[in-house]
Amino acid sequence: MKILVFVKQVPDTTDVKLDPKTGNLNREGVQSIMNPLDCNAVEAALRLKEKHGGTVVAISMGPPQADDVLKKALAMGCDESVLLSDRAFGGADTLATGYVLSKAAEKIGDYDLLLFGRHASDGETAQTGPIVAAFLGIPQITLAESLEIEDGWAVAKRSTEDGTETVHAKLPALVTVCGEINEPRYATPINIMRALKKPRQVLDCAGLGADPAKCGSPGSPSVTKHLFEPKHEHVDTVMFTGDADEAAKQFVDMLEAQHLI
Amino acid sequence: MSMFKFTEEQLMIRDMVREFTKNEVEPRDKWMDENGFDYELHQKLCQAGLMGIHLDEKYGGGGGDAVTSIIVIHEIAKGSASAALFLDANWLAADLILHHGTEAQKDKYLPQAAQGKIFAFGLTEASGGSDAAAIKSTVVRAEDGGWIMNGGKAWITNSGVADYYVILAKTDPDAGNKGISAFIVPKETEGLFIGKFEDKMGMRGSATCELSFNDMHLPADALLGELGKGFKYAMEALDGARISIGAIAAGLSEHAMTIAKNYANERICFGKPIGKFQGIQFKFADMAAEIRAMELMTYDTAAMKAAGMRHTLEAAETKLFAGTHCTQICLECQQVLGGNGYSKEFHVERFTRDAKLLEIGEGTNEILRMLIGGTVLAQK
Repeated sequence: MKILVFVKQVPDTTDVKLDPKTGNLNREGVQSIMNPLDCNAVEAALRLKEKHGGTVVAISMGPPQADDVLKKALAMGCDESVLLSDRAFGGADTLATGYVLSKAAEKIGDYDLLLFGRHASDGETAQTGPIVAAFLGIPQITLAESLEIEDGWAVAKRSTEDGTETVHAKLPALVTVCGEINEPRYATPINIMRALKKPRQVLDCAGLGADPAKCGSPGSPSVTKHLFEPKHEHVDTVMFTGDADEAAKQFVDMLEAQHLI
Repeated sequence: MSMFKFTEEQLMIRDMVREFTKNEVEPRDKWMDENGFDYELHQKLCQAGLMGIHLDEKYGGGGGDAVTSIIVIHEIAKGSASAALFLDANWLAADLILHHGTEAQKDKYLPQAAQGKIFAFGLTEASGGSDAAAIKSTVVRAEDGGWIMNGGKAWITNSGVADYYVILAKTDPDAGNKGISAFIVPKETEGLFIGKFEDKMGMRGSATCELSFNDMHLPADALLGELGKGFKYAMEALDGARISIGAIAAGLSEHAMTIAKNYANERICFGKPIGKFQGIQFKFADMAAEIRAMELMTYDTAAMKAAGMRHTLEAAETKLFAGTHCTQICLECQQVLGGNGYSKEFHVERFTRDAKLLEIGEGTNEILRMLIGGTVLAQK
């Protein structure tokens, strides 16, 4: 079985701030990490490989330093890495990113399963995986909380408002995973030592055979108009007293008085 | 920041251990202080492949060198000095087998070390701490070609939790240092008695007990290395362990300084953060310079060890400098935190208690000064 797992380098969001003037992410001094949910995707890929055999290829689109997350994926146990790096890929929205990633999947070929984290911690769109499936014309399961392969089918559980549903998709298929699916492993030292000896490929736009007009800014129909941090409004806190019934009554009275209901 | 050259793999291992420490080690340090050795953390260290990081791949190890293992100890010490000390003591003992064991002994014990079996090194006795050659435990030949050990040990790190002990005892009581030999002792050996855990000031997450040997019978192949070479082996092993203490001191100091730094930038006094006052800034200037020196000395000496160079003097210098300054830094950080520094809630008081061991274990400051002073004055 050949599994392609897509990973993204993101700023460590535990200490990211927006620049109040430009609205852009202030990346100065901020560490770059593998998107946390992509760690779950890598873990899911490795567990399937351990069970069914095969190879796991880690793929990332980004500047040369994005290779760091691929090295981490290799150190966790992936077999090969492919970095998609070209100035022409810069400024891509989810559509242009999805296009490039789908071209990479086509270029690598013979895939059975494509795995994504459900969303990236920087953009939180959750669109890229589904877009890649659409480009490739393969079935997809989003928000998987478990994943098994049974007789050529991907079988995933996903939570809905009404409960849990089990979805089957015929391979080759694309699955985006939630954090609940597993606990990602640490890259063990022995795997770190081996990581840099594994095959690592870099592909640019021409190498992928991609259409430059569909990549990067030219291929991105969405435009960011304005980025801002939501304002935190400070209002007075009212404490209701008495038991639950009395407190609820006071609450409703207050809402009515302020014409909120 | 430093120009010290780590390999790409070492940098990746550093990042991995840093992440591991943040998630798995630091949150447990206070628990360990209150409850002792943490078997759960030991399990996590095993799963992460950190227990045998420097052992060869053929033993199931990580294939790293002396610098790599020091990176691990340094990073883990940034979350827990006790956990780092546990690894130090473990490797101190297991490495005696790595360096002096027969092929059969290496094949038997090193894969177990890589998998996470715990080792302890037993040299010190109640009546012979700094004067290690004055140990009184004895070993005589048994009729079956094996050995009979009698005596006892004190202050043995990892005792009580260890699976294997490397014990030094006199095989020739009249031969002084040259009458001491090393033996591998499994924990279940009949005649081995393990005392209660010491109620220590700090490093309470690392286990320490007394051991006693009562006509303890060992097989012939329990002897490690050559007869009469035990003391030499032990001194060489302590050279390595002293680098580890430098790494623990550097990591623990940084941990303390980070807490103090955050506090100094937040705590407002007289209308501004206390970090804006020169009296506080000067403390950080000294601490930062000292921590950088500790790191450089530690990694430089580790690089000497990795290159196979003799490093007795440098390791002693590293430990003396790092251990002494670590205690002072932890005290200064407590001072920065004022009343909160005296409270257990803010952690730094624990670090001060942990730090003090670094001036005592693996050679006291006084012994190290004797060693360094004597060596320097004898140099031409």
